[in-house]
Amino acid sequence: MNQSQRPDKAALVELFRDFIEPQYVINDEETQKPFECDGLSVYCDMPLITVLPKTVEQVCEVMRICYRYQIPVVARGAGTGLCAGAMPNPDGVLLVLSRFKHILDIDPLARSARLQPGVRNLAISEAARQYGLYYGPDPSSQIACSIGGNVAENSGGVHCLKYGLTTHNLLKVEMVTVEGDLITIGSEGLDSNGFDLMALITGSEGLLGVITEVTVKLLPSPEKAQVIMAAFDNVQTAGDAVGGVIAKGIIPAGLEMMDSPAIIAAEAFAHAGYPIDAQALLLCELDGSEAEVQEQIAEVEQLFIELGATTTRVSQSEAERALLWKGRKSAFPAVGRISPDYYCMDGTIPRSQLAHVLTEMQKLSDEYGLRVANVFHAGDGNLHPLILFDANVPGELERTEEFGSRILELCVKVGGCITGEHGVGVEKIRQMTIQFNDQELTQFHAIKHAFDPIGTLNPGKGIPVLKRCQEYRTLDRTQHNHDSQPQQGDLA
Amino acid sequence: MTDISQELIARVRQASHDGTALQIMGGGSKQFMGREPIGDPISLSEHKGIISYEPIELVLTARAGTSITEINSALAEHNQCLAFEPPTFDGQATLGGTLACHLSGPARPWSGSIRDHVLGIRLINGHAEELRFGGQVMKNVAGYDVSRMQAGAMGTLGIITEVSLKVMPKPAATVTIKQEMDAAKAIDTMNRLSGKSKPLTGACWFDNHLYLRLAGARSAVDSTVNQWQGAILEDTDTFWSMLREQQLDYFLDASSLWRFSVKSSAAHMLPEEDWLIDWGGSQRWLRGNFTVDKLEALAEAAGGQVSLYRGGNRSQEVFHTQSEALQKLHQRLKHAFDPNGVFNPNRLYSWM
Repeated sequence: MNQSQRPDKAALVELFRDFIEPQYVINDEETQKPFECDGLSVYCDMPLITVLPKTVEQVCEVMRICYRYQIPVVARGAGTGLCAGAMPNPDGVLLVLSRFKHILDIDPLARSARLQPGVRNLAISEAARQYGLYYGPDPSSQIACSIGGNVAENSGGVHCLKYGLTTHNLLKVEMVTVEGDLITIGSEGLDSNGFDLMALITGSEGLLGVITEVTVKLLPSPEKAQVIMAAFDNVQTAGDAVGGVIAKGIIPAGLEMMDSPAIIAAEAFAHAGYPIDAQALLLCELDGSEAEVQEQIAEVEQLFIELGATTTRVSQSEAERALLWKGRKSAFPAVGRISPDYYCMDGTIPRSQLAHVLTEMQKLSDEYGLRVANVFHAGDGNLHPLILFDANVPGELERTEEFGSRILELCVKVGGCITGEHGVGVEKIRQMTIQFNDQELTQFHAIKHAFDPIGTLNPGKGIPVLKRCQEYRTLDRTQHNHDSQPQQGDLA
Repeated sequence: MTDISQELIARVRQASHDGTALQIMGGGSKQFMGREPIGDPISLSEHKGIISYEPIELVLTARAGTSITEINSALAEHNQCLAFEPPTFDGQATLGGTLACHLSGPARPWSGSIRDHVLGIRLINGHAEELRFGGQVMKNVAGYDVSRMQAGAMGTLGIITEVSLKVMPKPAATVTIKQEMDAAKAIDTMNRLSGKSKPLTGACWFDNHLYLRLAGARSAVDSTVNQWQGAILEDTDTFWSMLREQQLDYFLDASSLWRFSVKSSAAHMLPEEDWLIDWGGSQRWLRGNFTVDKLEALAEAAGGQVSLYRGGNRSQEVFHTQSEALQKLHQRLKHAFDPNGVFNPNRLYSWM
């Protein structure tokens, strides 16, 4: 088979409508418009055709057709991703999995849940609550994001340090390959023989297959959770206090930091009672049994005071705990209120480098004339600088992107990485070369080739294409893509 | 503390050029695992030493030939530990081998495995290139997760030369309680208790007794012991370390030892046979001679897989049969890392 036999758009639509209800095979611009981007709307494009299958067999058949005619396929869940990983391919099919929204099974004794990929992250914990269980990873978008997308992006959240990322909380995945075969990865046991394909699939951004079912581990809900808020008059002191907690042998369930601009914006939005004159604010949540939390809360509060906290406050009720978190959890929309646009970065750094990185970032902020607010998953070193800009000012988006790129370079320079939890997608594909050399990128392409020999799964995302990787490209298709738009991933 | 990575790279380049196979060896403590090793031995035992350790960052980086014992000692000085409790095998077990064989101890269901603690690696691939994946930070989603992919690959994808790991604080208090019950009841109990927010870090059944380990803050451990009841085991560390090192009598006279990795709550299998159940029901050991087909069918019905862990005929397949589709994927991935088939050929499967 080759591309010359490829049916035209109208014929493809008919092929899909043979086995998918006609209203779920979309090819007009107006109806496809909502699918043109994911959560990072500065990158958008229209797909050739959008399909919303309802059964796994339909997904397999879509994949078989696309394989036969070498048509690019971009899988999409809830579309909340922040790296343009689900941006459509103008020459390809957008495979939307939002109709796969059923919780197939919850096994309270084995503490697992079998889910269709479109199930919302928060819905898992809501359904498990009656058994005293919950699902650990809790990305900020958890009210909307879907578990299939969580697997594709290896989503994190504020509780990663203690409970891990998506990759630590999976048992089994069913996936449709580029050829249209359904395969099972993992098992209901804690490990499986052979290569750890689950590790490869998790965070693979739709480049290796289409996830059609996910079995996750569930955790026992803690008997008690309490949060301590501590304010500091400089960032370095707050950073040292984080190290102090760890040095005590305590692993908090969540440990978050905000800098002054983020505190002010969050307080104005959420009225959580944050001290707006503080230079840094820590939120430290401890959970576990009643006795344990009581013991550790007292210990951590005392420690924060010894290490220079100017104010501390311990939540005395669930309502107060929720309020203290509300400010942090709404930091992004809060910043959105004080600026026409903001751009969220996602670097990770060794915690000891925090003060240095923030100082350097302030210099860059001055250099570019753009404000920046920082929220920081302090426990695990994941920094989210929010660059404030106005897209209506000519050139400001470009300046923002350049500023962002320099922040990521800084993260790598101090021993960190370009993305902690948002993924590479289209957005950070150029920065991949800061973190990886040509040989490493070539190894990534070889992995991609093992799963996707014709290179049609989410092309142009995740891994930049290098000259020496030509053997892993399908030349005719790639060049065809270039007719319509420059390929973001092409560094050749 | 030596770095022999340049020598290793040269050996790989030569082997790749000559088309010869290399048998990767660390401390040699896991020669019994996998299929019969073939090829010229290439030793990493000299490639050792802790490169960096930042207690407050919870991160340690060491060369692959560093012994687990050395790492444990360094961590203990700061009251930290490897939460996945790898076996030390008389001090011979190395970091690289532990990752390649994916070995973790009794705490695994609660604290995760070595795979869950790996942050980054250096790996020499079949092109004799030393590549760096992941890093030294907790969160990193750039590129495919090649680091974790090494867990259980038995060295067939390349030579792991360096590993960065997340380390954890040692629990303040540990108590083990022992209750008499049969296997079926123990499986149910382990699973029910695992669903509680209690500091459970070990649940093992053998010899008609359930052993439960509680470890964490003193107050949490004591209150749980009072609630759950049972005889308190005098020397709690000895029991769990003998379990981890497979030094309990159960393991010593096994001619063939099978390992089931199954759904934790799966019903007890072959009740007339000789079992040891660990990992809260997820890892089950079976001694004796059986046909592979029979055990594979049992394991699959229990939601998991079975392998011939120790002893028996190691010229045949010892790991669970892969489906045709997964076999193809494995072969393609092997080719992606090791196109000339240099590293540990056939150690994982005869067809790879």
